[in-house]
Amino acid sequence: MTVAEQVMIVAVVVLGTMATRFLPFLVFPPGKPTPEYIRYLGRVLPAAAIGLLVVYSLKDVNVWVGSRGLPELVSVAVVIWLHLWKKNMFLSIAAGTILYMILIRL
Amino acid sequence: MNHKHHRAAAFRAAFPTTVPILAGFLFLGIAYGVFMNLSGFGAGWAFLMSLLIFAGSMEFVTVGLLLGSFNPLGALLLTLMVNARHLFYGISMLEKYKGTGWKKPYLIFGMCDESFSINYSAKIPEGIDRGWYLFFVTLLNHLYWVAGATIGGLLGSFVNFDMKGLEFVMTALFVVIFVEQWMKEKVHDSALLGIVISVVSLIVFGADRFIIPAMIAILAVLTLTRKGLERKTAAAEEGGCA
Repeated sequence: MTVAEQVMIVAVVVLGTMATRFLPFLVFPPGKPTPEYIRYLGRVLPAAAIGLLVVYSLKDVNVWVGSRGLPELVSVAVVIWLHLWKKNMFLSIAAGTILYMILIRL
Repeated sequence: MNHKHHRAAAFRAAFPTTVPILAGFLFLGIAYGVFMNLSGFGAGWAFLMSLLIFAGSMEFVTVGLLLGSFNPLGALLLTLMVNARHLFYGISMLEKYKGTGWKKPYLIFGMCDESFSINYSAKIPEGIDRGWYLFFVTLLNHLYWVAGATIGGLLGSFVNFDMKGLEFVMTALFVVIFVEQWMKEKVHDSALLGIVISVVSLIVFGADRFIIPAMIAILAVLTLTRKGLERKTAAAEEGGCA
């Protein structure tokens, strides 16, 4: 690939990414009433989207080889438990991450 | 003067929520910059791509596209697939980003996974300007990512530190936001649905192509169960008020 072609590929990726981010806002501008169905989705979708994001961030864990996903399982459980208990975002995230970094070195 | 004060207050409120991202993005950004460098692209490329694309996983994928043969249409389709989840974020943020004026295009431009999840779950303190708060969360995350990628691009193969596992900070962040959402809501159907459908889709379709089928299934179930779910939510809210 020439540099011009490479720049073009990057431009296409920027364009595609922005399309996925701007599309809902362009289709449902604030001036016009948003359909009730879309407003319903706006209410219920976030919870599902965050669930999808949790799974997405763990997608490369292989439960068949190596540590079999145990460090991830234990660390996620500790994050949930700590957060339900102390409700302190920094504590939950920092403790979970440090624990994970220790577990994968054992 | 007053305007300046508003801005400073919003910055002070927004910054602490982005600290986990500071750690995660610097680490992942440096890893990305080093990866770019080792693939033959200098710090300038890492800087521009992190600045303009600002979608972490897609940027790693783009390196592969740049090393392959020239195929813009294929690149576009792959981008739409990898980033399709942003459509869900957009629908979720239609209301929250309303009335943010000139900041709105930037808020949408910078709506990566982390900016979305922080801005969606933000408990903005009383008296803090909402637009500036959302703006600073997005801007800080953007800065962390660009700084990390550029540093990584400059360091290249010189880096030699063992920070393996630090990327878990992102997982921990998403889990915490999931728990926050869980504690806030009375009906957990959608949250459970998101997890269960995604896991099933991951098992069936594999790590590289599970997102689109998962999104379609989530949409389908939420649409088909709309009546029941709305009734259930309304009933739970009434019960909570009584």
